[in-house]
Amino acid sequence: MIPTLQRSGSGSTQSPRSPSSQEPFLSVSVIDPAKMGNGVQAYISYKVITKTNLPDYQGPEKIVIRRYSDFVWLRDRLFEKYKGIFIPPLPEKSTVEKFRFTAEFIEMRRQALDIFVNRIASHHILQQSEDLRIFLQADEQTMERARSQEIGIFKKKPADLMQIFKDVQSKVSDVVLGKEKPVEESTPEYEKLKRYIFELEDHLAEAQKHAYRLVKRHRELGQSLSEFGKAVKLLGTCEDNALGKVFSEVGDKAEIVSVKMQREAHHLLMNFEESLKDYVRAVQSIKATIAERANAFKQQCELAETIKFKEIDLNKLRLTRSEKLADAEREYDVLKADGEEATRRFEAIVQLMNEEIVRFQEQKTLDMGLAFHEFAKGQAHLANGIAEAWRSLLPKLEACASS
Amino acid sequence: MMGSENQEGGEAHLQASREEMESLVLDGDDGRDHIGNSITSQSYANYRSAMTTLSSSFAASHHPLSFPTPADSDPLLSPPSPQPPLLKSPNSPKPRTTATDDPHHLDPPSYADVVSNPLDDNIEANGGSESPSQHSENSTSSFSRSPFSSSDYLEIVVSNPQKEAESSKNSIVPGNNAYVTYLITTKTNISDYGGSQFSVRRRFRDVVTLSDRLSEAYRGFIIPPRPEKSVVESQVMQKQEFVEQRRVALQKYLRRLAAHPVIKKSDELRVFLQVQGRLPLPTSVDVASRMLDGAGKLPKQLLGDSRSVMGPQDVVQPAKGGRDLLRLFKELKQSVANDWGASRPPAEEEDKEFLDKKQWLHDLEQHLTNASKQAEALVKAQQGLADTMGELGLAFIKLTKFENEEAVLNTQRVRAADMKSLATTAVRASRYHRGLNAQTVKHLDTLHEYLVLMLAVHNAFSDRSSALLTVQTLLSELSSLHSRAEKLETASSKIFGGDKLRIRKTELKDTIRVTEDAKGCAIREYERIKENNRCEIERLDSERRTDFVNMLKGFVTNQVTYMEKIGIEWTKVAEETNRYAKETA
Repeated sequence: MIPTLQRSGSGSTQSPRSPSSQEPFLSVSVIDPAKMGNGVQAYISYKVITKTNLPDYQGPEKIVIRRYSDFVWLRDRLFEKYKGIFIPPLPEKSTVEKFRFTAEFIEMRRQALDIFVNRIASHHILQQSEDLRIFLQADEQTMERARSQEIGIFKKKPADLMQIFKDVQSKVSDVVLGKEKPVEESTPEYEKLKRYIFELEDHLAEAQKHAYRLVKRHRELGQSLSEFGKAVKLLGTCEDNALGKVFSEVGDKAEIVSVKMQREAHHLLMNFEESLKDYVRAVQSIKATIAERANAFKQQCELAETIKFKEIDLNKLRLTRSEKLADAEREYDVLKADGEEATRRFEAIVQLMNEEIVRFQEQKTLDMGLAFHEFAKGQAHLANGIAEAWRSLLPKLEACASS
Repeated sequence: MMGSENQEGGEAHLQASREEMESLVLDGDDGRDHIGNSITSQSYANYRSAMTTLSSSFAASHHPLSFPTPADSDPLLSPPSPQPPLLKSPNSPKPRTTATDDPHHLDPPSYADVVSNPLDDNIEANGGSESPSQHSENSTSSFSRSPFSSSDYLEIVVSNPQKEAESSKNSIVPGNNAYVTYLITTKTNISDYGGSQFSVRRRFRDVVTLSDRLSEAYRGFIIPPRPEKSVVESQVMQKQEFVEQRRVALQKYLRRLAAHPVIKKSDELRVFLQVQGRLPLPTSVDVASRMLDGAGKLPKQLLGDSRSVMGPQDVVQPAKGGRDLLRLFKELKQSVANDWGASRPPAEEEDKEFLDKKQWLHDLEQHLTNASKQAEALVKAQQGLADTMGELGLAFIKLTKFENEEAVLNTQRVRAADMKSLATTAVRASRYHRGLNAQTVKHLDTLHEYLVLMLAVHNAFSDRSSALLTVQTLLSELSSLHSRAEKLETASSKIFGGDKLRIRKTELKDTIRVTEDAKGCAIREYERIKENNRCEIERLDSERRTDFVNMLKGFVTNQVTYMEKIGIEWTKVAEETNRYAKETA
């Protein structure tokens, strides 16, 4: 059992920090996106660097090459094995061809993948996963073999997945509306949690939408400032020396401010909008876990029902002293064991989820706090920069005006 | 030009969220914050509409009358929005002396005098009370105009549009011909006007008359062009919006006239502003009637009726606007000869300086058009950013409320508090951005104003060309008359007289004399117009330099002022959230 590892920085773009002591550590980074292949089959590969002193791992450092579908494989495996834990979310598969290879998209994806792996590596249960070790250590051929064998929940058609979500959602609303269905967990706290998760997603999605638009607005303003600056410079060519120079300087300054705008747009995108997107994805991952819990509960209930019926059958058989009794009793024992297993599984999920929720909320406070900080810092930096840039022109304008 | 941008959710959504912002009550650490009025902006339609809308609601929410600044300068506290003033004058921001009503409108630092517009909007319809902040310097519509001698001013307000019905017995079209009249109130200290404050009611037709009479009387001057007629007047007139637009346009036009150092003292303008009842200026006759009149006279002219000769009194007006078709034809023939003729015309535009200036003005116009377009785009983009920032803030406020209501763990409450800090600052920043944009619109309006003026410059130059054409035509005519006279002389020396010949010679001598006189007049007129051109161009140059400098200064100053404030707000939040940076660094 590996004790809880030191948290490595999530979202860091630098190479992993070296440890200062001899306690066990596992530090991962995803870097160096590179375009591979041509045409329709082109894809991006990433370098995944693992620095560790764990015995199971080839240390101190190992570098492997991975692509997006490898990350998907890891996520699916973890989701299958660790029900009840909120598996860290992955960035979406890009559907729009022309964005797939823009520098911005690649950087956004790399950042998200880095955060993904790091969250797994710093989760006290998930970090012990064998699949993680394979992902971080196996050579490319082994990885490819593993990947092609995968039959996971996310290999199902998206329609099925949506159906699961819809079921959970409708069940929530059913209960809320008072239409209780028997095979549904309905403790008030759990209901509250489900409602909270669903509403939270809506709120977050809206905030993220506006955040993305804000990025666009910064870009647009930057663009129009640049154009305006050029127009002002042209206008200045009609003026004589002193005034003409002033026009020219205003035009130049507008260009400088425009560049600042574009920079802030990028900063906003990477540090704020992406954080919100990540938050939304995390909530969606929780919804998947909720679906798993519902499944487990359903199984447990169904088995309990089956066991009940079996008991009735058994008693009947006992009374009639049938020869089928022995078989029936054996079956009954198996069922009982299954039932207990199902109950164990379900209760494990419940237990894990309770811990995970707390962990999730605390983590999100930190993540959001950082995102807000970055937002405010960026905006302050931009505003102050703009003020400073224009301020430098004022003495000259003043001189011109009074002459 | 700029079509409405179809935002996701559409305009209704935008309005809704803006109303949300306006009615939002935030529980702040500093007590109850009431978010007061925010500047309404309709849509991302064209520059002019953006300008008027922004400015008008801006003016409406910054009523300069006696609303004291709250002593507490917390930007979220603002006094309740007062009733919009009786007379909305969108083009003038509040006077400098009134302190900020909405703290989100900031007075730039003291070195920025440009933002002040001393123009007083609050002349009551009945010519009542004075506004507290009356400045006597500028009487122009755009505050960035260079000040004239502060001794005389002429301030005009157009207001109170009213529908009136024309009595049907006088009109050709049966039924009532409804038209709109506007109340025009003037305040002045120019001695010619006698009184100091007075009002008249005028309709648009009167404005057209005024404009036409001024063009005739002030040839060669750069006269501000009047607002356009509407093609389908009676249909369009029903709409409130159109009437309001026209009122604004009329006010702008009259103020521009009042700003012109020569025209402000003209009889035409004075009579328009002052004389009650029917406008005592000769009305413009439409083209069709003129043509009909001219066509009637044409046969006589062609038959050589001496009354058809161009007399000195005729040449002081261009051929185009008159009834003299023959003269029109002659000048047309002359201009064709100028363009296609093998020989040079009798007199030429020789003033190289003028030609250079013309070229320079052409370039200026092109650059102005471009700059005006880019300014429009800039304003639109600034507005977009302001709005989206506000929407983001609102979305986070909703999230904050949600987390607080649903909180099970304390960490959720902490997050909600962080979120709220961000959200309120975003809303605040949004309003600062809006304020900045409103000011930007005002400053960059100078570009648009000068574009309009370019049109007037073209008119002034064409006054000059048509006067030159008249001179050229007369010169050609004279030379042909002279050659006819020579021929008659040689003919009469060969043939023994006869009364007919003598009569013809006398008639020809008369014609030549009259034409010589006319030529003299025409030349004098041409020179006069040239001189007017020169003076006006000089005036334009010096005004333009001042106005452009002020425009740039105003623009830059506003950016500095608002960005400083915005920077301060965000720095606060960055400091508050600093602990997160350290934790995950």
